Amino acid sequence: MILELTTTSLVEWSRWQFAMTAIYHYMFVPLTLGLSFLLAMMETLWYRTGKVEWLHAAKFWMKLFAVNFAIGIATGLILEFQFGSNWSNYSWFVGDIFGAPLAIEGLFAFFLEATFFAVMFFGWERVSRRFHLLSTWMVFIGSNISALWILVANAWMQNPVGMEFNPLTARNEMVDFWAVLFSPTAMSKFFHTVTSAYTLSACFVIGVSGWFILKRRHLEFCRKSILLASVFGFCSILATMFTGDLSARDITRTQPMKLAAMEGLNEGGKGVDLTLIGLTVTDPALPSDRMYRVKYGIALPNMLSFLGYHDFDAYIPGVQDILNGYVSSDGTEYPSVEQRMANGRMAIAALKDYRKAVDEGDDAVAAQALQLLRTHFQDFGYGYLSSPEEVIPPIPLVFYSFRIMVGLGFLFLLLFVVAGWYAKKRKFACFRLIPYLAIVCVPLAYVASQCGWIVAEVGRQPWVVQHLMPTQVAITRIASGWVVTTFWMFAVLFTLLLIAELGIMFAQIRKGVKGAE
Amino acid sequence: MDVMDLNMLQHYWWILVCILGGVLVFLLFVQGGQSLLYTIGKEKGERDLIINTLGHKWEYTFTTLVVFGGAFFASFPLFYSTSFGGAYLVWMLILFCFVLQAVSYEYRNKKNNFLGSRTYEVFLMINGYAAPLLLGAAVATFFTGSPFRLGVMRDVEWMTPWRGLDALGVVTNYFLALAVFFAARTLALLYFILTIDDVNIGVRSRRQLWFNAVPFVVFFLLFLGVILTGDGYAVLADESIEPVRYKYFFNLLEMPVNTGLLLVGLFGVLYGIIRTLSSPLWRKGIWFAGSGTVLAVIALLVLAGFNRTAFYPSSVDPDSSLTIYNASSSFYTLKVMFYVSLVIPVVIAYIWYAWRVMTRKPMTRQMLEESDPKY
Repeated sequence: MILELTTTSLVEWSRWQFAMTAIYHYMFVPLTLGLSFLLAMMETLWYRTGKVEWLHAAKFWMKLFAVNFAIGIATGLILEFQFGSNWSNYSWFVGDIFGAPLAIEGLFAFFLEATFFAVMFFGWERVSRRFHLLSTWMVFIGSNISALWILVANAWMQNPVGMEFNPLTARNEMVDFWAVLFSPTAMSKFFHTVTSAYTLSACFVIGVSGWFILKRRHLEFCRKSILLASVFGFCSILATMFTGDLSARDITRTQPMKLAAMEGLNEGGKGVDLTLIGLTVTDPALPSDRMYRVKYGIALPNMLSFLGYHDFDAYIPGVQDILNGYVSSDGTEYPSVEQRMANGRMAIAALKDYRKAVDEGDDAVAAQALQLLRTHFQDFGYGYLSSPEEVIPPIPLVFYSFRIMVGLGFLFLLLFVVAGWYAKKRKFACFRLIPYLAIVCVPLAYVASQCGWIVAEVGRQPWVVQHLMPTQVAITRIASGWVVTTFWMFAVLFTLLLIAELGIMFAQIRKGVKGAE
Repeated sequence: MDVMDLNMLQHYWWILVCILGGVLVFLLFVQGGQSLLYTIGKEKGERDLIINTLGHKWEYTFTTLVVFGGAFFASFPLFYSTSFGGAYLVWMLILFCFVLQAVSYEYRNKKNNFLGSRTYEVFLMINGYAAPLLLGAAVATFFTGSPFRLGVMRDVEWMTPWRGLDALGVVTNYFLALAVFFAARTLALLYFILTIDDVNIGVRSRRQLWFNAVPFVVFFLLFLGVILTGDGYAVLADESIEPVRYKYFFNLLEMPVNTGLLLVGLFGVLYGIIRTLSSPLWRKGIWFAGSGTVLAVIALLVLAGFNRTAFYPSSVDPDSSLTIYNASSSFYTLKVMFYVSLVIPVVIAYIWYAWRVMTRKPMTRQMLEESDPKY
């Protein structure tokens, strides 16, 4: 093997460290993405109408925004550098493609955010109203551009496009920047993520307003905030559902194993049903304990085929089909995983032979090895697997996360409709259930977001780069003790900071809205 | 492939990395200021003033660090994988202390902040001391080398279990670490003198300037002296890499423009410091010393990477050393990133504008009291 398989404990700890940082990071990011839009809207309304209530509202939400913003930046820094520190083999293998979006993100987005955040937060007395408004919009634009580039990078790992493997440098090199940027995976991922973040932000604003309503405080402020947020949230959740559908169709083609895990689908076929709810259970009759069946499922007939291909009769492979090899609905033939592992091993051996031949100046052997490598490169990563079952991700985790995310999405849709009506009609004296529902939806929105990431990231295991690089060879060779140490260092620090963040948030909310009745 | 162009882009991107590095070191004045929090701020009102003036700028340092990392990743990914993966502990400590900083400004003065104001001030002090020292030591290894070896897939193997902390065993690294540390403090004092209108802080800052500017200059010259008279890792005619006596000194002679840049930078730094010390009413020292620092750091990093020099040498296996030629991205990626880099003047322009409007008048106690929100 060219890259050594490292010890399980190192792989596991490296994964835990990245997952922990990502989970913490994504507790703060979605609010930044969406609340910045609401801030900008409120300030615009103030600028246009001169109604000072909008200014008070903007200033109130801005303070909460700032508390959340700082810790989002802090966790993001760690994530960026972890690609190098904990995943250094990955960083070289695909750095030629993956580094560019990260640098662009920094240059185009981070400076925009940092510069205009300071103006937005401290500039009320220092700059003109117009320039201040512009700054607030820039914070929104900056944070969303940043989301674009990091999701382009993430999407590329799920569906590597626009690149070629260079055997001399032993890495993948970018050949088409636009293919990387505008890959359908990148686009659906970006829009799905940001619209879901807007949804979360709308839930946050409605939830906090709901608390004020229960306390009979700032009712007019609450009405305005809820009206704005419920319209925004309603549009956002519909867009989230639409882009989620696009994303699922993309996954059907590019990551069928992830789809099979999301559905707990062991044996596929034509006209496959869509499971709404059910339980995943192991079955001794199945050849591997990584395989599951769905029991007590309630399903919509033929819907999965329809969602995947807009054809009620389309073929969708299950876990077993992918292991055995299958012909997809668009006619592509996929060999068995066993075969792909053999191909991968051939590709790895060919790479070794090629490098040796180049060193020795043997052109004929080099050309032959290169030919072999090219033929089998698409299965390169399979060469590192030791058994076919390794391509199966943890099914129950993906299956349940997916259902929680989708189910909560429908709950939020209901919330936005009800809350909008409630605020519009000023029903604050009755229907106490609605503000309670709004408050409960705040943590649930965070749960839904995290579940979404679990589906995306656990569902693609064992791949760091789909088909090309499995997780266990992507990591840095280091004594696992160091990774354990830094894991706890960051876990403790982030937890302390999260507690502090929540404490400050609650105190700020309790303090109420300055200037509002 | 057009080799001439690849070569040009590798140099172009190294210059950009050098510029980011220079700006980063200048912006470490925020950290320098944090380390002086209790030296200059004797009571809470003074500390509030210090934190609020630094608080408008800390995100620039932070963002520059992130972009420095991102730009290195995009243009020289082998450095990213080798150094961050190899010198793991040093980078982790640097990141850790920056996390401490990121929340502290915002949380320090807030009600119900769980850890108490004092803790967040300690966080700022830790970041203030550790970040310049560790970054200085990390950059010093660009000259003194690190114990690593690269495998067939360019995978890094670090030859000591200390993963980067081994840099602390090399005396020369301390010289640069201390130079960066005292530079950050010197710049912070000049920044206070410009941006805070408070008698006590002004007097203390000018007095402290002596105790920080002198060690800064001494340690910087010591570091320069050691590397100019020692070995540097050079790419030889047969593309192998070996230590060569006086390599950096030859680089000085062979790249006169860069040497000029270094001298202009040093002159700017000295002018800013000496004039501040000699004329009690002059407050613009930060502009001279700051731009001087940027130029000097750029020149130093150019010295490390240009003229067929290995910018990240391996002390155990010279042929594993990273050069701007073997560590760079592909021609295509560098070209894409070249077009991306054309946006830099726009970024600089709006930062400049925002910086000006936000720092138009020096901060006074009264202004701070009236401003809402504040840190």
